[in-house]
Amino acid sequence: MLEEIGTSAEGDLIINVGPQHPSTHGVLHLVITLQGETIKKVEPHLGYIHRSIEKMCESLSYRQFIYVTSRMDYLSSHINNLGCALAVEKGLQVEVPRRAMVIRVLMSELTRLASHQLWWGAMAMDIGALTPFFHAFREREMINDIMEETCGARLTMNYMVPGGVMFDLHPDFQKKVKEFIAHFKGKIDEYDELLTGNVIFRERTVGVGKISREDAISYGCSGPVARAAGVSCDIRKHAPYDMYSELKFDEILHTDGDCYARYLVRMQEMRQSLNIIEQLIDNIPEGDFQAKTKAVLKLPKGEYYSMVETARGEFGVYIISEGAMTPYRIKFRSPGFSNLSALDHMAKGSKIGDLVAIMGTLDLVIPDIDR
Amino acid sequence: MDQESIKNRLQEKYPSYQIDEGGQWIVLNVPVSDWKQVAAELRNEAEFELDFLFCLTAVDWKTHFSVVFHLRSILHNHELVVKVKIDDRQNPVLETVSDIWRTAEFHEREAYDLFGIRFNYHPDLRRLFLTEDWKGWPLRKDYEDPVNMIKL
Repeated sequence: MLEEIGTSAEGDLIINVGPQHPSTHGVLHLVITLQGETIKKVEPHLGYIHRSIEKMCESLSYRQFIYVTSRMDYLSSHINNLGCALAVEKGLQVEVPRRAMVIRVLMSELTRLASHQLWWGAMAMDIGALTPFFHAFREREMINDIMEETCGARLTMNYMVPGGVMFDLHPDFQKKVKEFIAHFKGKIDEYDELLTGNVIFRERTVGVGKISREDAISYGCSGPVARAAGVSCDIRKHAPYDMYSELKFDEILHTDGDCYARYLVRMQEMRQSLNIIEQLIDNIPEGDFQAKTKAVLKLPKGEYYSMVETARGEFGVYIISEGAMTPYRIKFRSPGFSNLSALDHMAKGSKIGDLVAIMGTLDLVIPDIDR
Repeated sequence: MDQESIKNRLQEKYPSYQIDEGGQWIVLNVPVSDWKQVAAELRNEAEFELDFLFCLTAVDWKTHFSVVFHLRSILHNHELVVKVKIDDRQNPVLETVSDIWRTAEFHEREAYDLFGIRFNYHPDLRRLFLTEDWKGWPLRKDYEDPVNMIKL
């Protein structure tokens, strides 16, 4: 954990956490300035897994570049792919078949569930509760199996393509998802019993890592981090894509802005995702799963911006096209990058032990930040 | 406000700036020298209240750079795109807005790291992803990567 320990001119202790540290879940390097046990400053050093995906995309075609985006936020790969597909569809003005839209929403919500499950297990483990990790991974395995049958992959799906989805659903999809829902509904209550009311867990999270509503907006926070501070920012509600506008679900808002509020938002979002899946699973319309598109896609000259709500927040794809086969410039607005920028603000004044709880509830995925 | 009234309001307020429409959002083109002032007005005036900077990026157009700001108002739920054109390719400079939108601190560091655009008065302008001794600005169009994984 501690590679180098030094002291600054004022006598503050400076320690390094990472780049290889279990609580960062990836290669993130934090330089922390401490006064006694109290954090004065947290400075993230990024780039250990920077691949310059934006530069790569400039030499990839509109079909190819979607594959790279699975490698950014690998826990929300479906939703990342969807964001890219939507941006390309905006340029091509393709009508996506209804069946494809339903499949996309189903897959997005399953991804959100899987991502939140992993977050729940990993965050609890960081704080010192080992059991939730095994519970979460047991249920996440069921989602991965469902994905594997239809998409052929368990992590980097590459399933959403411009115009729809790549393959039709596996014949067992509906049956397996229903089994999963029935199973997980009992389990999520168990999750709550196990951790939500736990006194030690509450001691570690209530009032820790607070961020106010104004600061959350100013730091560009999105997703559960912002919603825990009372910022209504769910893209599924404010700029609905695919068929979210027809679905009934609640945007979860809390006002405390601390680690516990962020925890509660994600726990309740899981129930909302289950709710969305239940609304759709018996109503998958027949029809095509992909619109007909040309083999070589060329976007008309112009700018296209699409945004989707991933498990971590607002993911944006900004394509500038000059009419060629490859984009002139692509920018990915990744939610983790902006959320991380608020880490220093949240952690200032906390004890060093609280940093792990704060990072855990920020739900950082480092490849998403570094890109 | 809807797009039409945003456009009308902007035309009244900034008659000399070019406003592009027809895309997804209204685009306001601001000269480099006015940017800081305009940013503060867009953020603070009650009718716009664009408090959420959700995307900040730069584009290399070979003859000039343009820095693109995507702004949203959480209260009014409207969006605006601001573009600032920087003509000086040798020494591109813009004033920071990280005191107006705190998230800009990281985003401007990213733009500096990958495009070499300097943001004046930025509290901590260093490379973000790349190492301090890295040569060149990777996202510029004239940058040649010695090891290009795609073109290998």
